[in-house]
Amino acid sequence: MGDYLRPRGLEEALQALTRPFTVLAGGTDFYPARVGRSVTEDILDIAGIATLRGISETESGWRLGATTTWAELGEALLPPLFDGLKQAAREVGGRQIQNAGTIAGNICNASPAADGVPALLALDSEVELASRHGTRRIPLSAFITGVRKTELRPGELVVALHVLRPLNDARSAFLKLGARRYLVISIAMASVVVEVENGKVAAARIAVGACSPVAQRLPDLEQALTGARFDARLGERVAASHLAPLSPIDDVRGSAGYRSDVALVLLRRLLSKVAA
Amino acid sequence: MKLEFTLNGNAASWDGPPVTRLAAALRDDLGLTGTKIGCDAGDCGACTVLLDGRQVCSCLVAMGQVSGRSVETVEGLSADGEVVAALQQSFLDHGAAQCGICTPGMLMAAQELVRRNSKPTRTEVEDSLGGVLCRCTGYGKIVDAVMDVVASAPVTAPPAGEAVGARIVRVDGPAKVTGRDLFGADGIPGDALWIRVVRSPHARARFELGDLEPLRRRLAAVLTAADVPFNGYGIYPDIKDQPVLADGLVRYRGEAVVALVGERAEVMAICDDEVPIAWMPETPLFGVDAAMADDAPLVQADRPGNLLLKGGVKRGDMAAAFEGCAAVAEGTFETAFVEHAYIEPEAGWARRIGDRIEIHATTQTPYMDRDEIANLMRLKPEAVRIVPTACGGGFGGKLDLSVQPLIAVAAWTLGRPVALVYTRPESMAASTKRHPARVRARFGCDAHGKLLACDVTALFDTGAYASWGPTVANRVPVHAMGPYAIPNVRTWGEAFFTNGPPAGAFRGFGVPQAAIAHEAMLDELADRLGIDRLEFRHRNALRAGDTTATGQTLTHSAGLAQCLDALRPHWRKAHEEIAAFNATGGSRRRGIGIGCMWYGIGNTSMSNPSRMRVGLSPGGTLTLYSGALDIGQGSNTIMVQIAADAVGLPASQFALVTGDTDLTADAGKTSASRQTFVSGKAAEKAGQDLRQQILRLANAGPDAVLSLDGATLSVRDGAEVRTIDLATAGPLMGEGTFDPPTTPLDADGQGVPYATYAFAAQLAEVEVDTELGTVKVLRIVAAHDVGRAINPTLVEGQIQGGVAQGLGLALMEEYLPGRTENLHDYLIPTVGDIPEIECLLIEDREPLGPSGAKGIGEPALVPTAPAILGAVHHATGVRVHRVPLLPHRLHEGIVALKGKSQ
Repeated sequence: MGDYLRPRGLEEALQALTRPFTVLAGGTDFYPARVGRSVTEDILDIAGIATLRGISETESGWRLGATTTWAELGEALLPPLFDGLKQAAREVGGRQIQNAGTIAGNICNASPAADGVPALLALDSEVELASRHGTRRIPLSAFITGVRKTELRPGELVVALHVLRPLNDARSAFLKLGARRYLVISIAMASVVVEVENGKVAAARIAVGACSPVAQRLPDLEQALTGARFDARLGERVAASHLAPLSPIDDVRGSAGYRSDVALVLLRRLLSKVAA
Repeated sequence: MKLEFTLNGNAASWDGPPVTRLAAALRDDLGLTGTKIGCDAGDCGACTVLLDGRQVCSCLVAMGQVSGRSVETVEGLSADGEVVAALQQSFLDHGAAQCGICTPGMLMAAQELVRRNSKPTRTEVEDSLGGVLCRCTGYGKIVDAVMDVVASAPVTAPPAGEAVGARIVRVDGPAKVTGRDLFGADGIPGDALWIRVVRSPHARARFELGDLEPLRRRLAAVLTAADVPFNGYGIYPDIKDQPVLADGLVRYRGEAVVALVGERAEVMAICDDEVPIAWMPETPLFGVDAAMADDAPLVQADRPGNLLLKGGVKRGDMAAAFEGCAAVAEGTFETAFVEHAYIEPEAGWARRIGDRIEIHATTQTPYMDRDEIANLMRLKPEAVRIVPTACGGGFGGKLDLSVQPLIAVAAWTLGRPVALVYTRPESMAASTKRHPARVRARFGCDAHGKLLACDVTALFDTGAYASWGPTVANRVPVHAMGPYAIPNVRTWGEAFFTNGPPAGAFRGFGVPQAAIAHEAMLDELADRLGIDRLEFRHRNALRAGDTTATGQTLTHSAGLAQCLDALRPHWRKAHEEIAAFNATGGSRRRGIGIGCMWYGIGNTSMSNPSRMRVGLSPGGTLTLYSGALDIGQGSNTIMVQIAADAVGLPASQFALVTGDTDLTADAGKTSASRQTFVSGKAAEKAGQDLRQQILRLANAGPDAVLSLDGATLSVRDGAEVRTIDLATAGPLMGEGTFDPPTTPLDADGQGVPYATYAFAAQLAEVEVDTELGTVKVLRIVAAHDVGRAINPTLVEGQIQGGVAQGLGLALMEEYLPGRTENLHDYLIPTVGDIPEIECLLIEDREPLGPSGAKGIGEPALVPTAPAILGAVHHATGVRVHRVPLLPHRLHEGIVALKGKSQ
């Protein structure tokens, strides 16, 4: 049986990380990976650290505490910029998972099908990492580096995600495709944030998940939308060539070709929906 | 670590490793086994509790996180002095609990909602229950129960003589909604040793065991093939081909190889790679084509060509008849391995008592278990006692042995209680599956739409061991022409061994696979002749007086035409609505489909008797002794209803003893939709026998009215009332036996395979997203000829649950060894996938059955997939030849069709 530390403060947690620990928060990825076997590793339970939890508005935008749950996010009063993330929060697992699972857990688990990641990418969020030596911030797009791989260094914890306040009015939305309703791993999903100025797209940030090892932004599409009229025909501007950053695979949930086709459909619908 | 928290409103303390799962602490340390474990991975929601008022999966919460917080479980739902809370009462009144394994989780998930919103909408209920899987109910009655929590209409108990046909609350319901019912993993003694099974990671391999002595020194025992006195079991008396522990050779991934026995923490701490097994993998055979190949290696050494069984039915001159057909349709249809996915994994414990072994385990078939364990252990059957626990869903999957042999052998050898609880991945890897099928069908009719000929060949992948393979291969040819009068028939079935998981019994024994083929043929012929699909079926429906392909003349109770009549108004109205919807254009298209079926009740051409007893003790206790196991379908309740009316006393006065092989007679297995018809008839006869004895004692006529008050039994015959003092006259015991009359089938499949058949027709309305390939089932209307509904609520529950499984078969369920061995990669429908299901009960009485009843368990599932697939065709023009119809497969079909039309 390993150690189990449950610090109340961040400092205590960071001090503990002079040696390897498995970090536990919501438990929704931790326990499923340990079905039918005894847990022997050393555990650092960060769920009791109050400063890691909750959403706050800052001078530059918003801070989403690492152990904020999907349910808390879904119920938080936030501007339309966050609609996509809130819609994603309601599609993570079932209600029980939403009540326990955390946003930092979702990005650290680094599943290609992580439901929170496309929306957080579309928000251009930054990951705040802390260690005994200080803190650093890196874009989420640089944080997740591969399937189950992140930039997290030994001794570091994710303490928050940061979202900058956009220059213009922003709308956002999220769509998920699964083979059943509720409690389902995505076949494909997409999230968009569109900034609007004078009835035109001032900036667009778009990400697709479950169609590549790490969810991807689509810069060409973002570029193509910039300056376009913000109306229900926005979706018509999506072309297959915009999906070039994606590299979908065949698996039990769907074929690669199917994923490419439906990613296009999801994006068109999403843009029409957000502009409607 | 010692920690304090609030448990169901009271201060509680707990001590142990803080990484312990809350679910385990509740069950193992705090004695609250009402919280169930279905997967330990957050995939099923059975362990849902409230943590600070929020629903969570208690299998995902570390005890270290519970300190200082509030935990609420099913045991805390009812307030002091209350028998059950309003929510629990609503579950009882609506028949929302079937097997009951998901019920505590459902209740707690609902509690989070109704506490702040006592009149929730359907969407709110679905959002709240979306994380709890139920495999029995089809969710409809659960959703209704939650929506009606403040306005639940209480169910009243019927008086004497009026139990049959009444919607009485299930007799085991209170135990299920309070979490008191004990399932396989719930009653394990604290001093039991535990088993962990080491299983094969290979589908086909030879292996050698290394030196096990170091492990043996650490543990109570390490069991191998050599420790099993007779290391072979199987459903058929002459096919004992499956070893309890593999002996140098494994034939499927997940096969048991070594059993580690010891203290629970010790066996769980040993990793598979600490067990010295030298594997020599061989190329596995997957699928019937590989198994049938000329140079295919054998899966079973004594089975040439890997053939388990073949056979069929011939009637008339099929080949000549096709010559004269005005329209002929043909096609080939494939299905996958399908997992039962009962929410309760296999579990149980055994103990040795002197020279007897006693097994407490979840099962569908106590007497078969008893005889098989006796054979494996070289004991007399009387030396084995099976005490079935509550069964958290079976659907055919708990007809085969699972934990029983290993716990019995270990407990016998070690002289201590020994327990085994499968993990979810273990349950999925080790247990039987629905047979993958390839059904080639050809149907022909005349210009008026009268069916003339059919030719069906069904190939089945029976996996590594025979299990129920022969039952499937026998049953399908009898049913493969569908519930239609066709003069010229050839049907044929063959089953092949492969290195897939053993395919066994799963709700329908192969008939659901065959129905996908015959219903597609009926649709094609109807479309080709321009005849409405419902009317085409109506024209050809088997009716009383018709002769079946096996040469059996149906004398009564063939209600397919009535089922179709009942569907017709729904069918016509839906057609109009769908046409209007589709006229609006857009990427979503709606369609409607219809599926019909018939299903022989009980074993195919084999004796399958049931014996039941009804006793009246000197103290006035009226007891039904029923060996018919209730696996959620409700037989406990309907047996009491039937026996009550046969005796002439109220159902509410009955006590029930069920399952225990020491206390009840053999009522056969809970399979083949036979319990209502066969055991129900035996219960009726047992009740009538007891009544006769009472009437004789009272010297009363047949119309006498009985009443029981303590040990005093009053018999009112006309104006005269006689009283019997049971203290002196008792005990009385009535007994009844019934074995449905059948005859063997000859080489051409001619004979009487079943005494009676259930009939059904279902319609499905779907909406297809033609761009994404997704199918949403909008509505099912299910018309079932059940002979007589003993308890309409339970019948509806069976129909709705069967429909849900049929929907899963059609749209999402596919078991891939090594790939979908959990409940997040293997998908079963959630509350959000199941539409409104309207049940139309047709009661065309079967004279042989109790009060005219037949069966409903399997018939409920059979027509659903064909109806859905027919609706998809109606919506899109795509004829589906392979299920499950995953979104990418339908998308491919839609794209291909577009390509053709351009």
